[in-house]
Amino acid sequence: MQMRTIEIVVGAFMLAGLISLAVLAIRVSGFNVGAEANTYNVFAKFENVSGLVVRAKVSIAGVIVGQVAEISLDQKSFTALVRMEIDSDVAELSIDSTAAILTEGLLGGKFIGLTIGADESYLKEGAYITDTQSSIVLEDMIGKFLMKQF
Amino acid sequence: MLANIRHLGQYGIDLLTALGRAGSIWWQAIWRRPRLANAHLVFRQIYQLGVLSVVITVLSGFSIGAVLALQGYNQLVNYGSESALGLGVALVLVMEIGPVVSGLLFAGRAGSAVTAEIGLMKATEQLSSMEMIGVDPLQRIVAPRLWAGFISMPILALMFSVVGIWGSSLIGVDWLGVYEGAFWSTMQDGVDFHSHVLKGIIKSVVFGLVVTWIAVYQGYEAEPSSEGISRATTRTVVHSSVAVLVLDFFLTLVMFNF
Repeated sequence: MQMRTIEIVVGAFMLAGLISLAVLAIRVSGFNVGAEANTYNVFAKFENVSGLVVRAKVSIAGVIVGQVAEISLDQKSFTALVRMEIDSDVAELSIDSTAAILTEGLLGGKFIGLTIGADESYLKEGAYITDTQSSIVLEDMIGKFLMKQF
Repeated sequence: MLANIRHLGQYGIDLLTALGRAGSIWWQAIWRRPRLANAHLVFRQIYQLGVLSVVITVLSGFSIGAVLALQGYNQLVNYGSESALGLGVALVLVMEIGPVVSGLLFAGRAGSAVTAEIGLMKATEQLSSMEMIGVDPLQRIVAPRLWAGFISMPILALMFSVVGIWGSSLIGVDWLGVYEGAFWSTMQDGVDFHSHVLKGIIKSVVFGLVVTWIAVYQGYEAEPSSEGISRATTRTVVHSSVAVLVLDFFLTLVMFNF
């Protein structure tokens, strides 16, 4: 076969490889570049975050507005410290908002649900949400239920 | 008794010699004065090894994706979570089946051809004639094939995964009626570029390297007779298939934090 034809076919082959890579990156893994730039950090302390993972979603009224960026232990109070990255578009979250760890469906993953308060001042970069509700641990609930029965 | 021990020793020495020779061929072919003037040889080999393997790769990818969708749907629908079909199929294809099956196909389709070609060149003394006129066969024959395998294999694996996912969406969404939005969004939610797609690509690069290496070595060291070439070709397919599967286990062990 002519060298020219081979080069064209090989070029098309490599292009197909690049397109496949792009499809896998964008369509399959939902990879978006520079997503971290336009978010701000909000912190919250929870008594118990069992089941919550990094990259879990943060939602208001079921709409995703950010994700969990970091989960660590606060060594003073021995509570869980969660850093959330909230989209900058969602800037007007009142300072008395509450954060609760909720479960998606019966067997789904944990996520953080924010409920907006009434205060006129807003959460800024590095602010803390003070009113929080921990994740529900099934064993604890069963334990309490059994205690009431007997 | 002594004879048995001697056989064992002989086997060990043979094995180590083979490994050493294979290593030295690979090292010399890759690093000995890579010239831009030889780029057209690499293109020709990418055509032979890569482009001509596209059809078999795409066909297998489509069938495997479709089968995964059918079987996965049958199990998931019992738990009412058939929307997770996209996630399951995509993860399985991108991390494991894509690189491994396209590696096996590559070994059968391209590896055997390389061995047979180089083996026949050796049997007809083309390699020694090349040396005679001052052309280095490692540079002229072996190196372009190694580079071509190294470049083609990840492209083939990526195509395999993409076509597989397309096939599964065709079966899952269009035929079995999984909700399209959920199919793609659970997939995008669960598949991560760095921790899943990139690791699959690393696997396929390693497989491409190993398969072409085995193929070239078997051809280069083939006994220069028709029987010898036939044995070398068989060995290429067997060794590289086993190598792909065993390496896949160890790569998974290392890369996915066990």
